[in-house]
Amino acid sequence: MMRSFLNFEKPIAELEGKIDELRRLADTGEMNIAEEISKLQTKVDKQLRATYGKLSAWQKVQVARHPGRPHFSDYIAALTTDFTPLAGDRLFAEDNALQGGIARFRGFSAVIIGNEKGYDTESRVKHNFGMARPEGYRKAQRLMQTAERFGLPVITLIDTSGAYPGVGAEERGQAEAIAKSIQTCLDIKTPLISVVIGEGGSGGAIALAAGNSVAMLEHSVYSVISPEGCASILWRDGAHASEAAESLKLTAQDLKRMEVIDAIIDEPLGGAHRNVDDMTARVGDYIEAQIREFLPLEPGVLRAKRREKFLEMGRTGLH
Amino acid sequence: MNWLTKVVRPKIRALVGKKDVPDDLWYKCAKCAQMLFHKELEENLHVCHHCGHHLRLSAVRRLDMLFDDGAYNRIELPEVAVDPLKFKDRKRYTDRLRDAQANAVKQNGGADAVIVAHGTIGGQKSVIAAFDFGFLGGSMGQAVGEALIAAAQLAIVQRAPLIVIPSTGGARMQEGILSLMQLPRTVLAVEEVREAGLPYIVVLTDPTTGGVTASFAMLGDIHIAEKGATIGFAGKRVIKDTIRTELPEGFQRAEYMLEHGMVDIVVHRKDLRGTLGRIIDLLVRRTPSAEIVPLDAVANLGAENFKGKTPTVGSALTPVSQDLAADD
Ligand SMILES: [Zn+2]
Repeated sequence: MMRSFLNFEKPIAELEGKIDELRRLADTGEMNIAEEISKLQTKVDKQLRATYGKLSAWQKVQVARHPGRPHFSDYIAALTTDFTPLAGDRLFAEDNALQGGIARFRGFSAVIIGNEKGYDTESRVKHNFGMARPEGYRKAQRLMQTAERFGLPVITLIDTSGAYPGVGAEERGQAEAIAKSIQTCLDIKTPLISVVIGEGGSGGAIALAAGNSVAMLEHSVYSVISPEGCASILWRDGAHASEAAESLKLTAQDLKRMEVIDAIIDEPLGGAHRNVDDMTARVGDYIEAQIREFLPLEPGVLRAKRREKFLEMGRTGLH
Repeated sequence: MNWLTKVVRPKIRALVGKKDVPDDLWYKCAKCAQMLFHKELEENLHVCHHCGHHLRLSAVRRLDMLFDDGAYNRIELPEVAVDPLKFKDRKRYTDRLRDAQANAVKQNGGADAVIVAHGTIGGQKSVIAAFDFGFLGGSMGQAVGEALIAAAQLAIVQRAPLIVIPSTGGARMQEGILSLMQLPRTVLAVEEVREAGLPYIVVLTDPTTGGVTASFAMLGDIHIAEKGATIGFAGKRVIKDTIRTELPEGFQRAEYMLEHGMVDIVVHRKDLRGTLGRIIDLLVRRTPSAEIVPLDAVANLGAENFKGKTPTVGSALTPVSQDLAADD
């Protein structure tokens, strides 16, 4: 498989290139290189640990956008059976940028909603690069209400650069759709478990993420504006994105410190994209634990706890 | 809800005195470029009398204009953490904030971009939370979120309608994720008002854009927009860069939003007070006033009086004509 490397992964790419080369030689039976490979692999691991142990905010933005990072569809495939996609907002259209349906997750029936960015040019266009229109947020509201009706937990997986900025989207009430989606998140009387799996982009992300528990993957990001957008406004130059990323405090670690999120889910060595099976399993464990914690609660209590959490947010621990 | 039991203590403050501005001070209308004298503008509620362009109003000017006799009480707003992110772009946010606050204290005694006050409108008690665009573009950070929560609490405690008047570019970037979290927080605030059975009215003024529209600003029972106001989620430049074509005529203007079903009413500023008063009156005073229904008249209402009519109380009574909402 072709691996994509990020700029700062150059030393890792070089080492892995050597390993690949050795493997090819070994295949031809010319030499026994097992020992050499294992040495190199140790080096790679060491390098990965060093690099990923101290990623800058901007590097995390790149990891969060890594093309090989597991997507909504990977989590569905790994964690659920009987996934039944449900389409449409019953008002105007179906929106492929925001996927949702009912599925069986580790024995529980659940409604699962999430952004899908697509994985190649064709599917990226189909999914509008994960940027939803009002129809998407209205479908999300509808599915959350369906979940509430049947007492099913709602799982939301967030991975979007933001809501789609278009003429039609504005005309059909992008703002209203997001506002109502946030309201629905805060309203429903079944557990809402949210995980930021890649990019949590502004209003388009919080529309699905006002949950009972909100987690972020170790190298995911969540921000009020993209670093590029912030840089172009405050620095008047998008090239300052790296400084903006630093200033915005958008990493999982920052958000946990500010008590905006409840948990960080560790990623496999070298990032989620290096081991999709491991990553999806870790996310599954987290979600299962949350469902087991929240599902037994009385519906009114569940709702009140969620609302109280958001109301108290930012009031303590920031001084 | 337990957060409601933390009652907001209204504190009466002396009204901010009108500043002395020389009569010959003038501005240029941003739309028609005509010369506008300060005195004329004041008299005309800061609407250009050449082209009808509605200039932005300060929060205090708003309150003066909307409450009966310009009389109201401002409430003290909760203090919040200052610069929680230690944000720095080309300038430190702490410095930007300090400058804005120093200016606000001089202008209106406020500490951030929202002022909350209570008084009466058309005789009905009301709570208004008004944004000041002059304060860092009316952007919404933790202080604004807390101000709106306080306004909602006050409305509920007073059993009064809540009127929120945004004039804002959106979320305050310098407060990062905490500014984004004001979306759910303000959604909650206004939902509590609506769950209490009280009217929640949004007056969309220029501009109401970004994250603010995607929260409390689009969840009103009634949406009133001022003529010509820019209202929209995504910025025009961002949309243009994305779709790479020209935007339609009047895109994201109040009238355009009316046409697309996002607002109920578009008003000229001079009609705003009257419209608000009328709507509040209709939503609050829901049955005929007691004094116009003499008891003996009710007792004498025989069944035959209703022949061929729907026997509701209202149909037999003279409509109230107090006209509390008359324009002045
Ligand atoms: Zn003019």
